[in-house]
Amino acid sequence: MSSFWSIWISIISLGTIMGCFLLLRWCLKNKTGVTEGDDMHHEFDGIVEINNPLPKWWTYLFYACIVWGLAYLALYPGLGNFEGMLGWKSSNQGVLTLEESRAAVAKAKAEGKIVQYDREIAHAKQKYDPIFDEYASRPIPELINDPEALKVGQRLFLQNCSQCHGSDARGQLGFPNLTDNDWLYGGTPEKIKETLLGGRSGQMPSWASFGEQGVKEVVAYTLSLSGREVDAGLKAAGESRFATCSACHGSDGKGNQMLGAPNLTDNIWLYGATEESVTETVMNGRNGVMPSFKDRLGENKVHVVAAYIYSLSHK
Amino acid sequence: MSEMSHTLPNYNYKVVRQFAVMTVIWGIVGMSVGVLLAAQLIWPELNFETPWLTYSRLRPLHTNAVIFAFGGCALFATSYYVVQRTCQTKLFSDKLATFTFWGWQAVILSAAISLPLGYTTSKEYAELEWPIDILIAVVWIAYLINFFGTLVIRRVSHIYVANWFFGAFIITVAVLHIGNSMAVPVSLTKSYSLYAGAVDAIMQWWYGHNAVGFFLTAGFLGMMYYFVPKQAERPVYSYRLSVIHFWALISLYIWAGPHHLHYTALPDWTQSLGMVMSIILFVPSWGGMINGIMTLSGAWHKLRTDPILRFLIVSLSFYGMSTFEGPMMSIKTVNALSHYTDWTIGHVHSGALGWVAMVSIGSIYHLIPVLFGQPKMFSTRLINVHFWLTTIGVVLYIVAMWISGIMQGLMWRAINDDGTLTYSFVESVEASMPYYFMRFLGGCFIVVGMLIMAYNVFKTVSAPKSEKNAQAEPQPA
Repeated sequence: MSSFWSIWISIISLGTIMGCFLLLRWCLKNKTGVTEGDDMHHEFDGIVEINNPLPKWWTYLFYACIVWGLAYLALYPGLGNFEGMLGWKSSNQGVLTLEESRAAVAKAKAEGKIVQYDREIAHAKQKYDPIFDEYASRPIPELINDPEALKVGQRLFLQNCSQCHGSDARGQLGFPNLTDNDWLYGGTPEKIKETLLGGRSGQMPSWASFGEQGVKEVVAYTLSLSGREVDAGLKAAGESRFATCSACHGSDGKGNQMLGAPNLTDNIWLYGATEESVTETVMNGRNGVMPSFKDRLGENKVHVVAAYIYSLSHK
Repeated sequence: MSEMSHTLPNYNYKVVRQFAVMTVIWGIVGMSVGVLLAAQLIWPELNFETPWLTYSRLRPLHTNAVIFAFGGCALFATSYYVVQRTCQTKLFSDKLATFTFWGWQAVILSAAISLPLGYTTSKEYAELEWPIDILIAVVWIAYLINFFGTLVIRRVSHIYVANWFFGAFIITVAVLHIGNSMAVPVSLTKSYSLYAGAVDAIMQWWYGHNAVGFFLTAGFLGMMYYFVPKQAERPVYSYRLSVIHFWALISLYIWAGPHHLHYTALPDWTQSLGMVMSIILFVPSWGGMINGIMTLSGAWHKLRTDPILRFLIVSLSFYGMSTFEGPMMSIKTVNALSHYTDWTIGHVHSGALGWVAMVSIGSIYHLIPVLFGQPKMFSTRLINVHFWLTTIGVVLYIVAMWISGIMQGLMWRAINDDGTLTYSFVESVEASMPYYFMRFLGGCFIVVGMLIMAYNVFKTVSAPKSEKNAQAEPQPA
């Protein structure tokens, strides 16, 4: 903010408070020309007003609030660019990148400024990091036998993951069930952690180029892979087209965890099991996004969440 | 004041009558929508699987209906009445008065249609799209000209304090509405705000909090300054208190908006100023309450027999309570707990139902017999029943929201020894359910009270006219 605007803000805000103060002083004295307790000698539709003095306790309350307000504006940022005598800030406002943020945190620390957000984060780190350091030092297959660790993992899951995967981790349309030991990208502790830290982006391209009949055939063949009754002619036609699909889903349709391509033979359907849903998937493609939790939770907390998720299918 | 009756001008009561009756009707509509919304929070099926009845579309309909339709009609009715009576002159222009009535009803109807259809600017309390915004601005400027025109042609030397408040309310709402609604239209039903990012946020809450400060406070203080002394038949307690609390109130309120945006991307200095001004504002707010309640000194016994006066005085108590609660909630550390919880909803309703609705209801009960040439309302007992229904309803509502709000705030910040949050969001929703029911119950009390009021008003209006002409008969002062 330029110094013009800073001065402008200071003048109008202090002016408002001073104006209230001066008017209060004026009203405390009887300058009405009417004896106190008398009416004001004007009458409106039968209503008259008494020239009573201001209640004392109310006047003191007014003074107290004005004094408090001025003191607050001296101590804290409020008057434009004036930062306040305490050097307090709520956060490092105005930073645009993580690097800028880190630099601002370091600078505030060096200058002894009170940046409330930084302080709270530092306090939390100091208090809670050792707990998670300890959890992270134990491998996941061991950690799932520690009920306390699983409770922590579950709470983190409920806060961060349940919005998509559900409170019971059974998923919903488009979001995988995490309890059935069927994994798109692999279910080892390492793979689960990799998914959580890096996120995943599942791409099923659209095969509208097959044409309506072609899609119908491919769908029929796909459904047959998990033992569904389908038209034999369509299935046969679809099988020859499936070569395209096998690039990701494998020639046996059992999928490929390297690519996150689902197993099509186990009758587990991320986007719905009906012929309509599968047709929609083939026709329009699908985009599945699992966000990265590396910055949000940090590696140690991800370790505990991964243990909780792993425990759901390994108990 | 019967000695003056022969000089009284032929006041325009027609527009006052129209607005007074619509106040009751829009009150029932707006509050009923509120009760439906309260019920939807407990039983979501009540949107009947139709987009038009979903919570998201009905919520702005409820707020617009109670603030601008119910509150707005009450303000138009009382300000047109008070400005004529206290200036001893007819309205500046009857044509403009008629235009403001029909124009305002057109605004309300377009809101009632466009909001359920999903047309919205998504700015809280300013959801209406640009063509309706223009209509509001035109009607409001006509209102401004008519009100100030009447002040100019007044036949008394001074301007009564009620008119200071009405005047401040009318000017400021014009500035707020036009300032905040600035937008670039892209089609007849869609526009984009002229402001972006944090500037948009602060414009919105500069408008939003002053909708509270000027529409729902200054305007209704104007109402209070006429109907309380009139109904109590007592002089106003202190002229000097009126002067200081009026100027302090209007100059401090305009700063208070940023307290809606604590701990956001808004610069720290803006947040601090909003908080400091909100806290000082507590004192002039109580100045108004003191002046109203102390006006009753020497007439306290009237509360025992006059339920209209009871409405007015209890509204002032709720006003005092809300204006203590508000500055307290604007303190950053308190706000850290209260913000985004039901506490805010409770606070709004202690102001909107306890203060705004009760002072309006009291004033309308005072007005209806005068406007329709009757000695008094059809049934004083029914006014009393309405009073108790409303009081119980408001208390149920506020207490429910206090409990659920503070509980939500505490649940959201509760952490375990390992630093993880103790509760997930949905657990706080589940825990709030009993209080949502209590709030729903409170809302039902209030709507039943309004229906009783409608019956009472209907019986009064349709009763055979008394001998004397209402126009010429000033009511007992």
